Amino acid sequence: MSAGTTLPDQARPVLLRGVRTHWDAVRGNWVLLAPERAIALDEIGAAILAETDGETPFGEIVERLAAKYNAPPEQIATDARRFLTALIDRRMVEALP
Amino acid sequence: MSDPGTTGARANPKPPMALLAELTYRCPLACPYCSNPTEMTGRKAELTVEQWADVFGQASALGVLQVHISGGEPASRRDLEEITQAAVEAGLYTNLITSGVGLTRKRLDALDAVGLDHVQLSIQGVDAAAADEIGGYRGGFERKMAVAGWVREIGFPLTLNAVMHRRNLDRLEETIELAVRLGARRLEVACVQFHGWATLNRGGLMPTREQAVAARDTVAAARERLRGVLAIDFVPPDYHAKYPKACMGGWGSVGLNVTPDGHVLPCHAAASIKGLSFERAQDRPLKEIWEDGAAFNAFRGDAWMQEPCRSCERKTIDWGGCRCQAMAITGDPAATDPTCSKSPRNAALRAAAEADAASDAALIYRRSPG
Repeated sequence: MSAGTTLPDQARPVLLRGVRTHWDAVRGNWVLLAPERAIALDEIGAAILAETDGETPFGEIVERLAAKYNAPPEQIATDARRFLTALIDRRMVEALP
Repeated sequence: MSDPGTTGARANPKPPMALLAELTYRCPLACPYCSNPTEMTGRKAELTVEQWADVFGQASALGVLQVHISGGEPASRRDLEEITQAAVEAGLYTNLITSGVGLTRKRLDALDAVGLDHVQLSIQGVDAAAADEIGGYRGGFERKMAVAGWVREIGFPLTLNAVMHRRNLDRLEETIELAVRLGARRLEVACVQFHGWATLNRGGLMPTREQAVAARDTVAAARERLRGVLAIDFVPPDYHAKYPKACMGGWGSVGLNVTPDGHVLPCHAAASIKGLSFERAQDRPLKEIWEDGAAFNAFRGDAWMQEPCRSCERKTIDWGGCRCQAMAITGDPAATDPTCSKSPRNAALRAAAEADAASDAALIYRRSPG
């Protein structure tokens, strides 16, 4: 873990209990609510977390987002992996094997 | 909308993110660093469930996302479960800040059923002897360990909050180990802030400079070692820092506090600032208090600042530091926080901190209101 969190393509990321996305109607954006944290999400962050259901493998999340945004899968994979591993490091997301 | 021509303080403030709801000042513990005021209102003045429900609904509409349900000890209220339910129904993320004393497995199950999101449990030390000496409550440590077990069984995410000071900073490694052992996801290593009762205990609690430096290194190493296991938040001892803390992320910027009797404060220590008057949630809409209340506008923006803050390049980073600390040390709440190395009072503050760290003063314990 201290050697750097990895997120293999077959791992299935999931939001841990007490962590959820929430539509912030006052500010007009999605936020990630977690223990004593509220993190504003941009469109990509919200899209990644919308696919983060504990069932879909990371590789498939990337494919879906690449198709949805008509973007290169390599770029999506890099961004999504960085985003999710940061949340894993902060104990907000877990990668199921 | 602000009037044309007004600037700074009265320009529309952004909506608040967080509400600290102090349900009661009653508490079975007597921690000598309690941030509650030294003069406290008792049970008779406390808001009802219905009044809290109204506050939560208004807060949510105003933009508050999270409510920190605190006290005193919130479990000292027998209707904690109903109050929590009202916060959930208002759409707020609910965080219970507790000593654990007064909670049972049954009450935690009830809190789970109404939708409580997260539990923050305080610890006063890593074993019963050390913890109960600080908490002034025999059996407290044992109860906390039981509560942590129930929290884990139910599945609530757990944060451990450890207030650190001269008497326990040498056991910081053990504190981190305890958090891991209890299955906490987060640990707050909160070096004591000298507000409320802690102002009476500078001599009893002030860390040494060596402890302050060691704590920083210990936390940095543990963060690296425990990445993905335990997230650690660190509140450093600001008396030993170069720059002050950006208290509350800037006065009236991020959060607000409602006291047990309904007073709406920019921070939990704000009542220590003489000359500010605070309004009650029962008397005026929360939105108006947040946007137009005199106490909230007193230190918004930078128009109130004196030198060296006014021309400082860090003024929008730390916002002049803590107003309550400026008040407590200099008598002027608009002064530069004396923990800032640029403050003319900083040398005297550091000298006093050194003297406090070498003191053998006995602890003065918090007393609970009736």
